[in-house]
Amino acid sequence: MTSPARISRRQLLQAGAATSVLGAPALLKAQPAPVRIGLVHPVSGGLAYSGGQGRLGCQMAIDAVNAAGGIQSMGGARLEAALGDSQSRPEIGVSEVERLHQAGVSAYVGCFSSAIALPATQAAAKYNTPFLIDVGVSDNIVNRGLKNVFRLAPGFGKCVDDAIMALGQVNGAAGNVAKTAVLIHEESEFGTGTARLLAGKLPSINVQPLETIKHANPTRDFSNVALRIRSLKPDLVIMSNYQNEYVLLARTLHQQRIDVAAMFSVLGGGFNYRLVKEQPQVAQHMMDFNHWFHPGNPKSQEMKRRVEATGNLFTFEVYCGWNSVMLYADALQRAGTADREKVIAALEASTWSDHFMPYGPTKFVNGQNTGGTGVLLQATTSDIEVVWPNQFASTKAVFPRPKAS
Amino acid sequence: MPFPDRGTRLDLTILVSAALNGLLIGGIYTLVASGLTLIYGVLHIINFAHGSMLMLAMFGVYYLLTLLRVDPYLSLLIMTPAMFALGYLLYRFLIGKLAKGKDENILLITLGLSILIENLALMFFKGDTRTISVSYSDTMVELGPHLVSLPKVISFVAAMALCAVLGLVIRHTDVGKSIRAVAKERVGARLVGIDVDRVYAISYGIGLATLGAAACLLMPIFYVSPSTGHVFVLVAFTVVVLGGMGSFLGAVVGGLIVGLTESFGGLFLGESLGQIGISLIFILILLLRPSGLFGARQ
Repeated sequence: MTSPARISRRQLLQAGAATSVLGAPALLKAQPAPVRIGLVHPVSGGLAYSGGQGRLGCQMAIDAVNAAGGIQSMGGARLEAALGDSQSRPEIGVSEVERLHQAGVSAYVGCFSSAIALPATQAAAKYNTPFLIDVGVSDNIVNRGLKNVFRLAPGFGKCVDDAIMALGQVNGAAGNVAKTAVLIHEESEFGTGTARLLAGKLPSINVQPLETIKHANPTRDFSNVALRIRSLKPDLVIMSNYQNEYVLLARTLHQQRIDVAAMFSVLGGGFNYRLVKEQPQVAQHMMDFNHWFHPGNPKSQEMKRRVEATGNLFTFEVYCGWNSVMLYADALQRAGTADREKVIAALEASTWSDHFMPYGPTKFVNGQNTGGTGVLLQATTSDIEVVWPNQFASTKAVFPRPKAS
Repeated sequence: MPFPDRGTRLDLTILVSAALNGLLIGGIYTLVASGLTLIYGVLHIINFAHGSMLMLAMFGVYYLLTLLRVDPYLSLLIMTPAMFALGYLLYRFLIGKLAKGKDENILLITLGLSILIENLALMFFKGDTRTISVSYSDTMVELGPHLVSLPKVISFVAAMALCAVLGLVIRHTDVGKSIRAVAKERVGARLVGIDVDRVYAISYGIGLATLGAAACLLMPIFYVSPSTGHVFVLVAFTVVVLGGMGSFLGAVVGGLIVGLTESFGGLFLGESLGQIGISLIFILILLLRPSGLFGARQ
């Protein structure tokens, strides 16, 4: 009887090393390098809520891509989030871009705020790294000739044009009851730029701006603004503010029983399900022209259910983030590589239509998706409805709103 | 755009309304600042955690209403003692122990606390803006041609009453006398048998209790998010510097002056530029009367 062959410890280690070396290519082939995406959102500071929502949407999209097998043309490469926090400050946004570059990201998604997006995209341009703007509406973000910047959603120039068209049609259908407006906006790039554009275009629909009122961030009391509006007696109050001031202003105007045909906002920061839930009487009949999902698309309803199941609200930041990551994933799929130059070329040629926004297939000109558009929304005491354009509308607009007094 | 350029008549009604608005919001500033001034008066430190503690108390009021249906004004009976207890325990078991008798340590600890609380709030409450709606939220009081929000009137009256009570407590009770003694001469107070560490903890507790009360009065008219503390803390510092650090009367007068300045600043200079008035007051007081209106001269 032969005794069983004994394997020495050295032989075992050698066999193990040989297996590792010989098996490594197969292993490498099975697990291609992940593609890192830098998420540059303000998840602390004044814009933390919106930033957190944007991050949530992006992370859900990354998980969805990975769950579906990753990027097929890259051998199933997984997407990986590299998290950044701009702390609601432009200079920190830039330093986060630099930090994430060192961490080896292949693209960035962000930034919620135009003020942060402007310098952050410029920082990313030094490395020619694709930067997908999920939310950030200043037109200057895509107007500076930076080849690496892409925005799926519309900027405020387009939003204002469409909002004016929507307001003109809704007002026209009601017999042009609204003839004057007061504009109230926050003092940064977003509010100032939007208000300036609106004031210039309102006369084209026969609405005369009576006054433009700028306010600081934060503003603790809007009573004097309400006083001023009462004395001016406008038919419309048009607001462009971030969430906190939007809510406070809306509440003050409601309390002060300001009678107008509509309280209207373009990209209103606080117009969301939270406002409807917590302040239904304030929210009722308020109108907002904003990014929104296609209500008739089953994917959007499914996504809404999934987000709400996590205890979060289905705000525009979530689905703008989601769709931006999906747009990048589509570009990776077509480029077959994470090479920056090739991905940028793939984004430039993108005709992606697998989103659930009320847009057609993507078509980028100077980094801006020309098909992107917002919709006109109106709050009820329990929901938010699309009221314009007709092809996406879920109900008719209540315009003018019933008298407050 | 400021009023003079509007080409409109600046009538008395608007001026009186602006004054009313300024006084009403000034009442809240007073209450927020009174805790700050008390803590400064006794501990001789600026409590950097003041804003984040206010935010914490506001979330407390929010959840008391949304989860337990406790009216915000009824919450006064819960939040004021709860915040006192939090302040007392914080000082007794954290700030006092880590400070090792050095004022600058207290400063750093409260700064660290503020960062910690804000980030914990972000983690647990998320950055969302929350408001509450109660049956009287939209009730307005008609004072002649002026419409004034009932919750603001209640806040103002309650803030003034609470400041008066606090003043009486400090002036006429044994605890108050101990606080004043420690504020004036801590070594002397210790020599006559006052437990100085306990007085510190009580003072910190009272400072936070005022924030508990302020939160109950603020929630029906304001919003809360993890960054809400910042909205009030700078104003509170200005009020304390204006009124005189450590002076209660100064906090009351300072709060009302800052409220009026903000209101008239907004009226005449616009809501954006109008807030410059608060900064101007701050600079002028530092230049012309560094001890504040009612502060003790060094």
